[in-house]
Amino acid sequence: MLTTPVARTALRLARVVSLLVAVVVGSFWLMAASPVDPVQAYVGADVAAIGPEQREQIAERWGLDDPPLERFAAWAGNVLTGDLGESQIFGEPVAVVLADRAAASLALMATAWVLSGVLGFALGVLAGVRAGTVVDRVLSWWAYLLASAPTFWVGLLLLYLFSVSLGWTPVGGAVPSGTLPGEATVGERLHHLLLPAATLSLVGVSPVLLHTRQAVVEAMASDHVAFARAQGERGWGLVLHRVLRNAAGPAVVLQFATIGELFGGSLLAEQVFTYPGLGEATTQAALRQDVPLLLGIAMVTALVVLVGNAVGRVLGRVVDPRAAVLAA
Amino acid sequence: MSGQEQSGGPLLQVEDLRVAFVQYERGLRRRVVEAVRGMDLVVGAGEVVALIGASGAGKSLLGQAVLGVLPPNAVSSGSVRHHGRPLDDAARRRLAGREVVLLPQGVSALDPTASVGAQVRRSAVLAGRAAPRTAAATALTGRGLDPSVARRYPHELSGGMARRVIGAMAAMGRPSVVIADEPTPGLHPAAVAEALGGLRRLADDGAGVLLITHELRGALTVADRVMVCERGRTVDEAAVADFTGDGSRLVHPYTRALWRALPGHGFTAPTIGGR
Repeated sequence: MLTTPVARTALRLARVVSLLVAVVVGSFWLMAASPVDPVQAYVGADVAAIGPEQREQIAERWGLDDPPLERFAAWAGNVLTGDLGESQIFGEPVAVVLADRAAASLALMATAWVLSGVLGFALGVLAGVRAGTVVDRVLSWWAYLLASAPTFWVGLLLLYLFSVSLGWTPVGGAVPSGTLPGEATVGERLHHLLLPAATLSLVGVSPVLLHTRQAVVEAMASDHVAFARAQGERGWGLVLHRVLRNAAGPAVVLQFATIGELFGGSLLAEQVFTYPGLGEATTQAALRQDVPLLLGIAMVTALVVLVGNAVGRVLGRVVDPRAAVLAA
Repeated sequence: MSGQEQSGGPLLQVEDLRVAFVQYERGLRRRVVEAVRGMDLVVGAGEVVALIGASGAGKSLLGQAVLGVLPPNAVSSGSVRHHGRPLDDAARRRLAGREVVLLPQGVSALDPTASVGAQVRRSAVLAGRAAPRTAAATALTGRGLDPSVARRYPHELSGGMARRVIGAMAAMGRPSVVIADEPTPGLHPAAVAEALGGLRRLADDGAGVLLITHELRGALTVADRVMVCERGRTVDEAAVADFTGDGSRLVHPYTRALWRALPGHGFTAPTIGGR
């Protein structure tokens, strides 16, 4: 029925839109059901200094007394005209906050994503080729250990070792404290990026490593590798010509699919390292009931995850020609 | 065929081949399982020798041992000679893909993620051909395949095309010994005849062919001699002509039982353990 490319694209777009709607409705409902009082969260410690009248004024200005459905409809109407609203805690348009924070997070997440992908694939191939040996066991155990370790805990351990005990890396922030973001040098920025990126890479390595290892083990036991061996192929030549591309398909698809997890991980890592990125803004928005900002972040995150999955699917087909047949 | 005319002995000779696997039970207790417990055979130039036996009899391990591609946890002993020259593991691996080749049949022998052209070219490189690209193109067209086949992937080939591609790859080293391991599983009769006929032609062109199979009937149509193996040992060598009637000309009881197990040969259930 849905065989034409146009029909398939239309179906995909419909899925994207319906998923985005579900994400924002879900996020809004959770925020509406939250016991946190937005005004109190906004005012913070000065809550004793303001009277009930001022509270009323803030609540009215933010439209907090309107029924939730009405508030959501107003927000959705503005979004459809391209206006994402204004962040309550930063006092700036949501689009501006998103752009600022995303730029800071991009360096962190891109570094972690590339490092974990490359490192995970390389180590996975090594473990798979040397399956059953000490090398394989050490790498597999390491991967299982990291897969079960929470990101914030790994971050705290690294922070304790490298920043507190050894003093090699800064304790937090994206730039040295007392420096304006615009004044920091590239070296200083990289220095601050090092530990959060290392944390995210370390944790991100394990899924790619374990999946690649499995794919390599399967390829090594396959008929085509047996024939290649009988043809005189061996050692790393065998891996390079007959195994690598077999294992690359799953790794590529997986690495693009884990972009979503990277967002979740950066949220925790940025909190531990007080790195002012998107993750840290998400925590702030959630804890202080900044509904427009949180919905904006939810939409952007969902879009990035969807795009990541789509790109992974396309690249997976390029790497492994069989996948194209299965998908068609 | 092999460049130098050596007269030091038969083309391929296997003597008292033994293959054992080292296993670890619960990680600690070491156990040695003998899978091949004494196999002998000779393959001369221009002949097809069938190695017949039930699944698990160790037939395929003999092929792997001759090619030097046994699994890492296998230990082998006994001698493998090529033109009378004994081959250690390193020498077997050096000859693999050149003098001694494996000829699988199924499309699963091809790498699903590489194009046909890339794989045939790689075979040419491994076989030490001077101009791999030309050699690969010639090998494909020489088997009646269109040059466009080189750009296809294995899943885009028919079974017959895949067999011809594999044949081109195996013949790249101009081998003197061809080992065909179970070349006809699940094929329809015409494809079986084509595959076996291909082996016969290789032998008629001067190569020695070792046909490893459990399908006795098909093997008898092309083989010159039949080696029978049972539970890791070669127990009998029989002439093709002796497989006739009720098998009374077959001397060894196991060989006779194999023949009689085929329909129409006076099948009687063998008594297990013997009395």
